[in-house]
Formats: sequence, C-alpha cells, structure tokens
Amino acid sequence: MKIQHPLARSLVTVSNWPFFIDLGIGACALAIFLAIVHTCMYWFEHPVPVVPISTSFAALPVYAFYSIGRMCIAYVLSLVFAIAYGYTAAYNRRLEPWMVALLDILQSIPVLSFLPPVVLAMVALISGRQLGIELGVILLIFTGQVWNLAFSFYSSLKSIPREMIEASRVYHFSGWQRFWQLEVPYATIGLVWNSIVSVAGGWFALIFCETFTMGNRNFQLPGLGSYIQKATDQGNVRALLGGIAAVILIVVATDQLVWRPLIAWSEKFKFEQVESAERITSPILTLLRRSPVLSSLPGRIFSSIEEPVFRRLAQSAETRCVRPLDRRSGQKTSAWLWTLAAASAAVAVWAVAEGAFMLRTVTWPDLRLLFAGAAATFLRVVAALIISAAWTVPVGVAIGLNIRLARIVQPIAQILASVPATAFFPILLIGLVRIGGGLGIGAIALMLLGTQWYILFNVIAGAMSIPSDLREVASLYHFTRWQRWTKLILPGIFPYLITGMVTASGGAWNASVMAEYSHVQGQTLQTIGLGAMIDAATDSGRFALLLLATIMISLIVVTMNRLVWRRLYRLAETRFKLEG
Amino acid sequence: MQEAVVSNAPPVTASAAEAIIRAEKIEKFYAQPSENRIQVISATDLTIVPGEIVALLGPSGSGKSTMLRMLSGLSTPSAGQVYWHGKPIAEAEINVSIVFQSFALFPWLTVLENVAAPLQARGLPPAERRERSLKMLDTVGLDGFEAAYPKELSGGMRQRVGFARALVVEPEVLFMDEPFSALDVLTAENLRSELLELWSSKTMPTKAVFLVTHNIEEAVLLADRIIVLGRNPGRIRTDFRVPLPQPRDRKSEAFTQLVDYIYKVLTRPDTAPAEVPGPRVRDQRQMRYQMLPHARPGGMAGLLELLLDKGGRDDIYRMADDLAFEIDDLFPIVEAAQLLGFLKVEEGDAVITPAGEDFANSEILRQKELFRDAAQSNILLLRQIRRALETKSDHTVPAEFFLDMLDEQFSEEECERQMDTAIAWGRYAELFDYDSGRRRFIMPDSQEEEISPSEDRL
Repeated sequence: MKIQHPLARSLVTVSNWPFFIDLGIGACALAIFLAIVHTCMYWFEHPVPVVPISTSFAALPVYAFYSIGRMCIAYVLSLVFAIAYGYTAAYNRRLEPWMVALLDILQSIPVLSFLPPVVLAMVALISGRQLGIELGVILLIFTGQVWNLAFSFYSSLKSIPREMIEASRVYHFSGWQRFWQLEVPYATIGLVWNSIVSVAGGWFALIFCETFTMGNRNFQLPGLGSYIQKATDQGNVRALLGGIAAVILIVVATDQLVWRPLIAWSEKFKFEQVESAERITSPILTLLRRSPVLSSLPGRIFSSIEEPVFRRLAQSAETRCVRPLDRRSGQKTSAWLWTLAAASAAVAVWAVAEGAFMLRTVTWPDLRLLFAGAAATFLRVVAALIISAAWTVPVGVAIGLNIRLARIVQPIAQILASVPATAFFPILLIGLVRIGGGLGIGAIALMLLGTQWYILFNVIAGAMSIPSDLREVASLYHFTRWQRWTKLILPGIFPYLITGMVTASGGAWNASVMAEYSHVQGQTLQTIGLGAMIDAATDSGRFALLLLATIMISLIVVTMNRLVWRRLYRLAETRFKLEG
Repeated sequence: MQEAVVSNAPPVTASAAEAIIRAEKIEKFYAQPSENRIQVISATDLTIVPGEIVALLGPSGSGKSTMLRMLSGLSTPSAGQVYWHGKPIAEAEINVSIVFQSFALFPWLTVLENVAAPLQARGLPPAERRERSLKMLDTVGLDGFEAAYPKELSGGMRQRVGFARALVVEPEVLFMDEPFSALDVLTAENLRSELLELWSSKTMPTKAVFLVTHNIEEAVLLADRIIVLGRNPGRIRTDFRVPLPQPRDRKSEAFTQLVDYIYKVLTRPDTAPAEVPGPRVRDQRQMRYQMLPHARPGGMAGLLELLLDKGGRDDIYRMADDLAFEIDDLFPIVEAAQLLGFLKVEEGDAVITPAGEDFANSEILRQKELFRDAAQSNILLLRQIRRALETKSDHTVPAEFFLDMLDEQFSEEECERQMDTAIAWGRYAELFDYDSGRRRFIMPDSQEEEISPSEDRL
C-alpha cells in the first residue's frame, strides 16, 4: 500500500515569502487572539452550569453519539471552509502570498494552546450556556482540522496539469463545470488522505476538550472524553476501560467503514496514465456498488439538479469566449481589497499596541518562569522525539524488512496512530499518581503516547520501500551490520523518518498543553513548562501571561519548522529520494 | 534544384476577408526586472484560411506551442492582435478544438463522459449529448468503448478519444499540438492516415486544421502548407505550399526532396531578423552567453564517431533517418558539436573538422582533454566558472552567482537548463565538480589533476 504524507509535506511547505508578510500575518493572528481574549475578559463572570456525567455503560452510546456528532459538524465545516480558502488562495493573485503564509503559520501552531481562551470566549458570546461550550469545542476542532485540508486543496489546484486547464478553457467550461469535473476530482485523493489525518487530530483534541476543566469551573460536555475523565476521577477502572474501548471501536470502525471505502473509491481520481497493479480494495465499497439503488440514485439526483444549471450557464458570456490563461485578472486592485487591507492593517496595529499595553502587568519573575518553561517543554519534546525514534527505528525496520509481518502490522500501527492518545492519558495519570512520580518526567511519557505511532508506521513504510536489489547488493558484498545501517537502511528510511518526526513533533507540542497540567482525582498535577503555564494562566485569569505563553509556543514551533524540519525535508526530497 | 520545387509553388497570400484566424504582428516576450526583455516570439503575421491543413514546424524553443495558444485564444500576445473572422479573438465567440500531446483527458470520466463534456458546457440536453458523442465515437472507431475509463485504453485509443472530443463540437479550426508524438511509430502512422481520410472525405465538420509538430516527415505527409519557425526568438523562416497531391508516398523523389529542403532551411545559419524599432529588444545572439544546446558529451562523441565512419560528411536528414531520431533529438547534438568546433554544417550536411576527427579517434581520457580545451576556448560560461574557481581562495563558488548572470538573458526555466548543461559538460571535462546539495561549484580534487597529466605523458 502506498503511504501518502500530505500533512507533513504541507507542514514544511517550501515557500520563501518575504519576511514582512510573515510579520504582517503574525500581527493579524495576534489581533484575532486578542479579540478572543478581550471578549472572554469581559464576560468572565458568566455562570455556567455543570452537566452531571454518568459513568454507567448504558450512557456510553449516547455519549459516543454526542462526540461523533461534534466531530462530524466540525469536519463538514472545515471541509467547506478549506475548499473556499484553497480556491481563493489559488485564484486570487494578490491574496495568494498572504493566504499561503497564513496557512503556513496556522498549521504549525499547536491548537490546544488556544483551547482555554476559545472556550471562554464562546461561552461568553453565546449566553445559551451549553451551546457556547459546544461551539467553542467545535470551533477548536475545526481550527485543528482545517489548515492541512485547505493546504491540500490549494496545492492540488496549483498542480493541475496545464493541458487539462487548457482543455477546460478551449471547450468553454464554465467555472461550475471546471469545479466539478476538473478541480474537485483532481483534489479528491489529497483531501481524503488529509481528512484521515485531520480527523485523527480532531479526536485527539475532542477528547481533551470534553475533559476540560479550569480552576473551580468545569466546562465538561457530555461525551466520551468527559466519561473517561469522570471514570478517572472516581477511580472506576471498569468504566474507564469501557470508555477507552468505545473510543478505539469508533476509530477502527471509522477506518473500516469510512476511510477504506473512501480511499478505494478515490482511486478512480488518481491521475495516472496506466492502471496501477496494486489497488486498495474495500468490501464495503464493493457491497455499496452492487446495490442497484445506491449506484444509480445519486447520479439521477445529481443530474436533475445539474442540468438546469448547465443550461443556464451555457447562455452566459463566460462560456461563450475562450478566456486566455495569462490575462492579468484585475490589473487594478479593487476597492474592497484595499479596504480589507487597510482594515486589517489598522486592526493589526491596534492589536500590537494593545498587546504591548497588556504585557505591562507581566513581571520579571513571570518572564523568568516563561523562559524556564519554554526550555523545559522544548527539552521534553526533544526527549520524546528521541525516545520514540530510538525504539521505533529498529523495531520498524525489523518489521518493514519482513514483508509478511509488515502486511499485518502496518495497518495496525496506522490505526494506533489515529487512536487519540488523550484517551489514555487518564490511565497514565492514575499510574503516575500511584507511583508518586511527578509530571516532570510523566509529561514525556504522555507525549510519547501520542507521538511514537506516527514515527513507527512511517519507518515501517520506509523500510518496505527500500528496493530489494539494493538489499541484495548489501548482502552480496557482505556489508557489516554498521555498513548496512549507515549505507542502506538509514538513508533509505530517511524521508519517511523525517515525515514521521515532523508530524510527531507537532503532536508533542500539542500534547504539552495537557500533559504538563492535569486535574486527577481532585488534585492538580503540574510541572514547569509552557503548556502548564498556559493552563495555569487561564485558571488564574492572567491573560497577559496566557498571551505571552501562547505567542512563545507558536514562535518556537514556527521557528523549529523553518530552521530544522524544512531543511531536513528538503534534504530528504533531494538527496535521499529513492527514484522509481 | 530543391529550391525550385518550392519557389514554383503558389505564394501564400490569403485575403484577410476569408481568413478564419488572422494574426497581426503578434509577439511574445517576458519583461525582466532590468530594462531588457526576453523575446520568445518576434512580430509575426499569420493567417488560417478555410480548406487547408497548416503545419507549424520548428525545433524546440522556437515557440510553436506558444504560437498555437495565441492563435487559439488561450494566451494573449504581448503585442499585436489575433482576429477571429475580423473580430478581436478575446471578444469573439470562437469555436475551436485542441488535440493535446498528453491527450488531456479527464481520468475520472468515462470515454463517453469525456467526449460529452464539451457539449455539456454548451448546455445541450442529455439525450442529444449522448447521441452526438456516440456518433463521434463511432466515427473515430471507438464503438463499444464508451463505458471504459481512459486509463484502461492504449495510447492510440486515448488519442482517438481526444480526437472525438475535439470533433464533437464541430470546430471551425482544429488545433493539434504534437498529437502523435506520445504514440509509438505504428500507431501514429495509423492515426495520421485515418485523420487524412476523415479530412479528405469531409466527414470532419472542420474548415481548417492547424498542426504543430517537430516531425518533418509528418508535416510533409499531412500538410497543404508548411510554416517553418526559427528560434531565438521564434519567427517564421519560410512559409510555403506543399505541391504534392494526396495520398503522398514517403518514398517518392519529390517527397524526400521536400524533406531535405526543410532540413536545409533548419540548419542554414540563422540570419538575424531586421532590428525592430521601439523599446530595447535584445535577442539572445547579441548577448554575452551563447545558448548551450542541451546535448550530452557522450552523444557528441557518438555522433562524431558515426560521422567519421561515413567518411567525415553526411546528410543530417539521412543520419536522423538512420538513427530513427527526430529533429529535436539530433539538432542539439549537432549544434553542440558545432559550437565546440568539432563539426561544421554546410548545405544540410554535417562535415567533421580536424579537431572533431582528433576527438573521435581518441580514447576516453584524451577525449576529455580535447573536450576541455574546446569548451574552455569556445564557451564563455564554462571559462568563467573555471576562472572563478581558480581565483577564489577556497576554490568553491555558489551556482547562484552564475544563475544571476544568466538571468539577464534567459527565462528562469531556460537558466536552469543552461546551468544543468554547463554542469554536465564541466563535469565531463573535469573543469569543475558540482555539489548539488549545497548548489556550489568546486574545484576537482587536486590529486586527480596531478595524475591525469602524468598519464598523458605515457
């Protein structure tokens, strides 16, 4: 099976936008963040009732339903938004550099660091209580899912072969027809693979969001996350295991019932000249295709909607002339674009001033703590990455070189990678509390839980991709073990390893927010770290510190991506690429 | 004598009124950040009149495809205007089709849906779409394939779908962009004769065909009129009618004479077009850097050895035929050898020079040395790179430095290709080595430098 790595690739997109664009984008992001913080400061005292959470098994299906519902709403929203965003970015030349730079930054920022302020803001905005938290959570999952989908759609649009576009122009396709017959089909495969990654990330965030507590206030929503959290609080191991089993069941079922049929179906959109020998099959899809109603009904419904649209569009001027591809669209920037630019500039200036004003309450000890926290979290992320790589590389290679074993293990590792680690956090926390270990080391274990699977399944894929003739050469010339590793295996898996590490490092930063600060069985576990500071600052309502910590975490992640991962990725794409 | 064949042909004059497409002084150039601009196609007049198949022939880099796109409204000329029945093409309701080299079929649509898609764009009801598409599929010989997906078909079949899609809209002008070059020889030949059949039997509802190709024989076989483009910048070198009746016989004397004539036109030394008044237009021959043909040193050695076997002189056309090369494969090699002073081109014949003879007769190390001398004395870019490496204390220079200089006269894409060629030649000649990871030129190991002269003394 061919593994695609859409997420990691989009994380280290090669774009050399001028520095000032990044600065501008940063200022705009700051403005949005401040707007959120302001709203929630204003409404801080608003009361929120706590929904009682039951831990009986009978309640599980209902909770699972709630969680899945939230996921679905968030996913549909992100898909729609991603397509609109990608489309605009690809076709509006003036907005393009800004929108891509914004994507680049937003998709590397750990979303969970925004959870506290976002939930507070949404609760404040919508006084219908429950709805506020719901929307906050959905908005958060949406933010976590949308960027890589948008990037995937954008880069698909950008890579449509020129002759295909020319064909659509010369045959007078309308924008509508081009969208459905060229652009969407061409982008489908990328969207499907990115959706898998996105939804896995969504579950991670959802479980965490549902367990979200802040100081004395509890924002729990009925759902699988809160079920697990409650079970943990009560020390009810049976309920806890039941909750985790439900999460795993949902993930596995999604994989089998949704993703595999989707992947098999999307094979049709593969842009290839000859039919590939290896095809992904899905019994479910075969079943659906056999059903006479299902195979003809959607077509009929679609065409009854479509036909009038096409007839109408054929009358319009757009489809009568051939539009040249290289005509500058709108030489003059339209008025609304200028207004938009001016407005965002003004807001950005306001935000920087406001932010600076707000930061005056930050004291020197705070700053010292912040830098110490940044260093601690950074070290933890690095440690988690090193430990994951240290065990997954030998194990993954051993599995990957054994084809029969790999066929069995790889899908399992892939599913494990999409089981939200957040579901296991409570167990680990209980263990930590029992042993009496602090979160200082425990946080690393929590990060590991979330990150190692990405690396494992990438390494397996990498080892599988090493051509057998190269392996034969190695054994023919009696390579020593050292030579085998340094000359064959490590260079061979390098691109895959980097891909896994990029994804894992994003996950680790995200996990830091919940790994470093937790409420378990009535006590608060906490250690030094940026993630802990974000939580603590939200708990105590110190928004200046929250702002600073969030900026800090974003800066570190973006800088790391630019300085380390992007370079390694370029190296992997050029020197260590196994051709053909 | 061959010249006579052509000059007897009626001159190409079409009254502007009857032309379907008329291009007036169309140009294509890219503005550079600095004042000068890169001219791709210099001001050209061209008409497409009903009832003829026009072939646009030229080497790579002559802007054939750009010309096709300007004439079909897909690309706007940088200057000049294209008219469709006397109306500016951007405002006219034009009805043309393009058959693409890569077929450009939608892989997710079935054969029938692919053919019906342009009709859908015209708002035809489903029943009529189906009927017309099926009829067209029948015409091109694809009966029974309507439910297949393009990737299930062979290349030839796929191009038939391409033709069906192009013809189903009953275009006034059918554009073809190297439609047969992605196919194998037999399939291509088969499709060509079927196309001619459709055209001559008027089954095709098309008034004119415009074919872009780099295959000379294809042009002579199909076209009523051939336009030969020169390059740097692209411009018309000759435009003539083909006086041969259809069907044409590739083996006939008149046919081969015509092919030979076109070869001569293509290999004749370029005469610069008259200087265009107006803004500074610099074309590449007035520039510092020569345009390096994209040929490999090994290819040159092979060609020279072959030439030596033939007694030092051979017809380029015959060589291409012997090697089953198309002009785009052979010309760069000939030009590169010419640039290095290893051969001369006289009247469509390649003639080996003494230096070329020496090169062809030598063994590999000596060949490299001869190549190095020839490259250093004839090619400015290679000489500059070597000098820079010698003068710098650390003996490395970033490629960026030279790209910046090339940038002044070549398009971005061409710069990269020039650099790639220079790197291949320089590496072969052991003038320098190149670290692709750091994108830097480096001096070859001094050790090797010491060894190679000593070997030469033996």
